[in-house]
Amino acid sequence: MSAREAIFARLRHQLAAGSSEQDRRETASARIAGHAANLIPARAQIDHGAQVKLFIDQAEAVQATVKTLASHDDVPDEVTAYLRKHNLPQAIRHGTDAQLSGLDWHGRAPSLTVSHGPADPHDEASLSHAVAGVAETGTLILTSGPDNPTTLNFLPENHIVVVRAADITGTYEDVWQTIRATYGERQMPRTVNMITGPSRTGDIEQRIELGAHGPRRLHIIIIEN
Amino acid sequence: MVTVHSTSPHFKANARRALGDEQLQRALTNVPGGFIAKRQHAKDKLPEFDALRDEARDLKNHTLAHLDVYLEEYEARVIASGGHVHWCETPDEACRTVIDICKAHDARTVTKGKSMVTEEIHLNAAMQAAGIQPVETDLGEYIIQLRGETPSHIIAPAVHLNKDQIEADFRATHTHLPADRQLEEGAQLVNEARQILRQKYIDADVGITGANFLVAETGTSIIVTNEGNGDLTQSLPKAHIVMATIEKIVPTLEDASTILRLLGRNGTGQEFTSYTTFSTGPRRADDPDGPDEYHVVILDNGRTGMIGSDFQDMLRCIRCGACLNHCPVYQAVGGHAYGWVYPGPMGSVLTPSLIGVDQAGHLPNASTFCGRCEEVCPMRIPLPKMMRHWREREFERHLSPVTVRYGIGAWAFMAKRPKLYRLATGIAARLLKLWAGKTGRLEALAGAGGWTRHRDLPAPQGPTFMAQWKRRRP
Ligand code: SF4
Repeated sequence: MSAREAIFARLRHQLAAGSSEQDRRETASARIAGHAANLIPARAQIDHGAQVKLFIDQAEAVQATVKTLASHDDVPDEVTAYLRKHNLPQAIRHGTDAQLSGLDWHGRAPSLTVSHGPADPHDEASLSHAVAGVAETGTLILTSGPDNPTTLNFLPENHIVVVRAADITGTYEDVWQTIRATYGERQMPRTVNMITGPSRTGDIEQRIELGAHGPRRLHIIIIEN
Repeated sequence: MVTVHSTSPHFKANARRALGDEQLQRALTNVPGGFIAKRQHAKDKLPEFDALRDEARDLKNHTLAHLDVYLEEYEARVIASGGHVHWCETPDEACRTVIDICKAHDARTVTKGKSMVTEEIHLNAAMQAAGIQPVETDLGEYIIQLRGETPSHIIAPAVHLNKDQIEADFRATHTHLPADRQLEEGAQLVNEARQILRQKYIDADVGITGANFLVAETGTSIIVTNEGNGDLTQSLPKAHIVMATIEKIVPTLEDASTILRLLGRNGTGQEFTSYTTFSTGPRRADDPDGPDEYHVVILDNGRTGMIGSDFQDMLRCIRCGACLNHCPVYQAVGGHAYGWVYPGPMGSVLTPSLIGVDQAGHLPNASTFCGRCEEVCPMRIPLPKMMRHWREREFERHLSPVTVRYGIGAWAFMAKRPKLYRLATGIAARLLKLWAGKTGRLEALAGAGGWTRHRDLPAPQGPTFMAQWKRRRP
């Protein structure tokens, strides 16, 4: 008997007292197909404007910085200003994201070197776009793909993330509905990253230090329309 | 249960040593400030916290009652997304499976995210014996790997160490760096580890992570980290191996979300951990990065035997660490005294289930039965009750030391004879009081030397409870 068979045989034997295998199968399939939400905290069940405000407060509470811009067109200026403020080289990398690629980088940020694709270990800063922001904890949702290489989220020390105000929502459950609508039932992109503030560790005497392995700084740019 | 390296049978000696270890005692003072106040604060900020605990308990009970079918659903989704699932009954099988995958990739170095299951199977030793170098990347795990130690806490592996010890380890190991560099501050230590490990991520052929949850709906594994090390570990190498156990399953993404609302708050006191990552299969055709291969190794190691037993509730554990942080015994002796991978109250229940009551039967005695662990457990696991179950079993199996057995036997004899009991306790109380003299405290007591070594026994004051009770009754 294979290990798999042995494990399932033991499980079925132990579980038989509770219900029949047929019943178990039907109950489990129904729960998966229904993917009903459980209790949702009241905190984020508020109007959209309040959700955006909550998102900002929560992100700042975990040491992210937030800047709100009127439109995507202003992103190159903000990136340049951010890099200058932190004394970083004028260089940024992003994926093949249509919205970011379509910006007037040359015109708006002539001194900036813009590169594309997955992170290089020497990159100091990267730019991604989040498919959603979750107000309840100030969490960004990033999905992997050519437009958003996962390594950009973790390798550089400075991570800048663009999210549309319209994509900021209350809860994680809202995000799963969006992902199902995009990828299909029971489908996921290779990676969904929930990012809440920059990297940190408490491993030395339980005192929090930022920038353990992932980004030391997380800068969120919210696009109003 | 062949590869058990445990000092659990020597809990008492371990604990005695721990109480006399000044460095350890200093480090342990960080536990209450580091965890307890933060958890309380996070809990207070979420009015639904206790209601979520009820839901989490119920949904996990439901999952365990349907575990076979949820595991099948999960496996089918992993395969459909291009991943592989490997089932293993024993630690040896799991180690061999991981090593075979590493060998198929000619792996020389392997990075590892934090995984208690790999500690449970002693994977690092097995890999080294096979000529593969494992590199721990979680800062705490990295530190204890340098020291040749095991984690002393399930979420804060190096909580038993002080900064100056870590500084000394870094200076002794990172000898290519200037000897006169500044390294006294926590930030400097974190930065040095960051620089060293950066290259290791890039050089690694395979990355191994644990899994906080496996989602049956989508075939997804979830890891929760603050450092981002697990993400670099799984996205840079050619292959990603997930080391998991059968009880990590949750039915849906919604169910995972419910438990995630509890995990960070209850463990570190964060509203949400910095990085919660959902991984499904290997990189897709047009993905510019991510692993080419995705393997999930699912271990049983005695867990199927807990289903339907007095200890099934323990399989709800999400390894948040709160029961350790709030345990007076853990706070006093730290994690290593427990002698095996899982310390504290959760370890006292789980360890005998996994390595046997003959090895770990003493652990359920490492409790004051104050009940704090159950009070703070997000999954409402009745830890004290299960420790009592183990105590009963240990007694039934006559594994208690002979003095304890005779002691309890004598007590039982007396307790069944109320008159004799009252007479004897009355005499004993008066004797002890006399003996203690003016201070009212006994610094040593024959037959209770272990108890009085680190604290005084208050001498009984006044008549016995039974006598007082009798007097008060109208
Ligand atoms: S037993 Fe409960 S409190 Fe302890 S680690 Fe597990 S889930 Fe957390």
